[in-house]
Amino acid sequence: MKTVYLDNNATTRVAPEVVEAMLPYFSEFYGNPSSMHSFGGNLGIKVREARARIAALLGAQPEEILLTSGGTESDVTAIHAALAAHPHKRHIVTTRVEHPAIKNLFEQYGKNGYRVTFVPVDCEGRIDLDEFRASLSEDTAVVSMMWANNETGVLFPVDEVAAELKARGIVYHTDAVQAVGKIPIDLTRTDVDLLSLSGHKLHGPKGIGALYIRKGTKFKPLMVGGHQEQGRRAGTENVPGIIGLGKACELAAGYLDDIDTRVRALRDRLENALLEAVPQAMVNGDRANRLPNTTSIAFEYVEGEAILLMMNEHGIAASSGSACTSGSLEPSHVLRAMGIPFTAAHGSIRFSLSHYTTAEEIDFVIEKMPPIIERLRQMSPFWKQAAQSV
Amino acid sequence: MWDYTDKVKEHFLNPRNVGVIENADGVGEVGSLACGDALTLYFKMDGEGRIADAKFQTFGCASAIASSSALTELIIGKTLDEAEKITNEDIAAFLGDLPKEKMHCSVMGQEALEKAIAQYRGETAREVEGNIICECFGITDQEIEKTVREHRLTSIEDVTGYLKAGGGCGNCHDKIQQIMDGVHGACVTILPRPKKMTNIQKIRLIEETLEREIRPTLRKDGGDIELVDVEGSRVVVNLRGTCASCSKSQVTLKSYVEAKLRELVTDDLVVEENHL
Repeated sequence: MKTVYLDNNATTRVAPEVVEAMLPYFSEFYGNPSSMHSFGGNLGIKVREARARIAALLGAQPEEILLTSGGTESDVTAIHAALAAHPHKRHIVTTRVEHPAIKNLFEQYGKNGYRVTFVPVDCEGRIDLDEFRASLSEDTAVVSMMWANNETGVLFPVDEVAAELKARGIVYHTDAVQAVGKIPIDLTRTDVDLLSLSGHKLHGPKGIGALYIRKGTKFKPLMVGGHQEQGRRAGTENVPGIIGLGKACELAAGYLDDIDTRVRALRDRLENALLEAVPQAMVNGDRANRLPNTTSIAFEYVEGEAILLMMNEHGIAASSGSACTSGSLEPSHVLRAMGIPFTAAHGSIRFSLSHYTTAEEIDFVIEKMPPIIERLRQMSPFWKQAAQSV
Repeated sequence: MWDYTDKVKEHFLNPRNVGVIENADGVGEVGSLACGDALTLYFKMDGEGRIADAKFQTFGCASAIASSSALTELIIGKTLDEAEKITNEDIAAFLGDLPKEKMHCSVMGQEALEKAIAQYRGETAREVEGNIICECFGITDQEIEKTVREHRLTSIEDVTGYLKAGGGCGNCHDKIQQIMDGVHGACVTILPRPKKMTNIQKIRLIEETLEREIRPTLRKDGGDIELVDVEGSRVVVNLRGTCASCSKSQVTLKSYVEAKLRELVTDDLVVEENHL
């Protein structure tokens, strides 16, 4: 059975060009860039080239790119560095809808003597800027606010936040794991200090990511040991991963237009068709201000895991905001923070498209989804009375 | 992805006995939309005391649907006495086991069956004392209050850990917090203090006590107090305002400040004025 992969916010297919670029660095050029001999040492040039490609996608300088093992390490490193640079400040700010990498990290700091503010969002997932500003104080060391939400795709007002924080001298970190490679980012125009990205979200390999550190931002390494990455991260470079990330960033710059036009149109087609075919369905999040590849649709009175497994029977891969897929009892903290009613949160499905998604795939999903929802609703004790009440 | 057995998958994709029985002899409803799963079980008796037919409607994940399907298969043809003995383990075993995190789906099946049988027999549901706070798990205010008091719980997470309360939809978190506030607010000075404090905890508690208890009293007379240092059981302070020049300041220090700190922090504290 062919897989229709609409779970690109979870991870992406590694681009064939990326695989091809990486392969020689496993078997042929397996040296260590730190070596004195040219067999290893020459790899430093390749790493440098890759770093330049990553920087170029962000509008950054190569020396502002720290290579890491992925988004989570970039996030942890960023917050660690920001707090180490301001040891007397004890207040940190983030949002209620961050990825667990930030959410759980901030909760942990909260248990270790820091005052943590989780800024709320409205029912469309938008941050309350006034409440955000009011939360800041002289004691605030760092703000971490994502660029785009992984579940709904909702974009955050990064430019405004960056300007505000710059004026106040507060470090700004943004988890841009979902944004990089999907929308244009130009850090010459946006004053973030620290930005996390992950290779496997933009058709690069897993196990590689980067942290952008604006020139002049105080830094303290999380991983200590060897002198790699100019002393900012110890550990022998993941050379094939770095080459792969470099290639993925180069490719991403080339398909941003496709995502903004063709992929966006496919997403809209999928969304509109499902809303039309399925009664009592709605979109979670601000439709006007979202990543072009993401839609989160709530199908009321059915449960997400059951939907996903029925989709799985047709080879359709997506993800849900449901509790039952994660092992916890509570539905997605993102949808809960938005105040999405339980009737809808449990049955929310996230479709995330990519550069590789085709119109045929979208048509296939449009055909298969409505009967799945209908079938599960017929089993649901709530559906009949809900349908009658409309 | 969950590690479901083939039998779970089969009963999920082709559930048996989905639907409603009009004029059912027994009906059992458990769960709610908020909790993410709910099951309504119907059964009809034949003339000889056996369950002739059973049907279900379920809102929930794959294992909830499969468990409901399994339940109907298990009870059809049984007498009520036989059916009554069916446990959630029997449902799980019928399906070739369920992942640990999904066992609550089989529990839901057992509970629906108990309710349906009770309804048929005309028994009223067992009386619960107090008001239900956590609707997902049916936990009352009295149970929560008792557990919070006994175990000195201070976070909702802890309450969920002990009682499951608040672990479902989360709607009751505010109410649980209110119960905790009520318990702790009422007995803030009665609670036994932890036997051993770290220096940091001790210093914090001293600061808190100064701020909450001592300072307001001194300020009424135009005085004030400032914590300079804590070394072991020695608490060094500066007296400010009218206290600094008051001839009775040593009395205040010993008979009021020290006594209060001994009462609320630890009983071996010695308060001294800073002479540096």
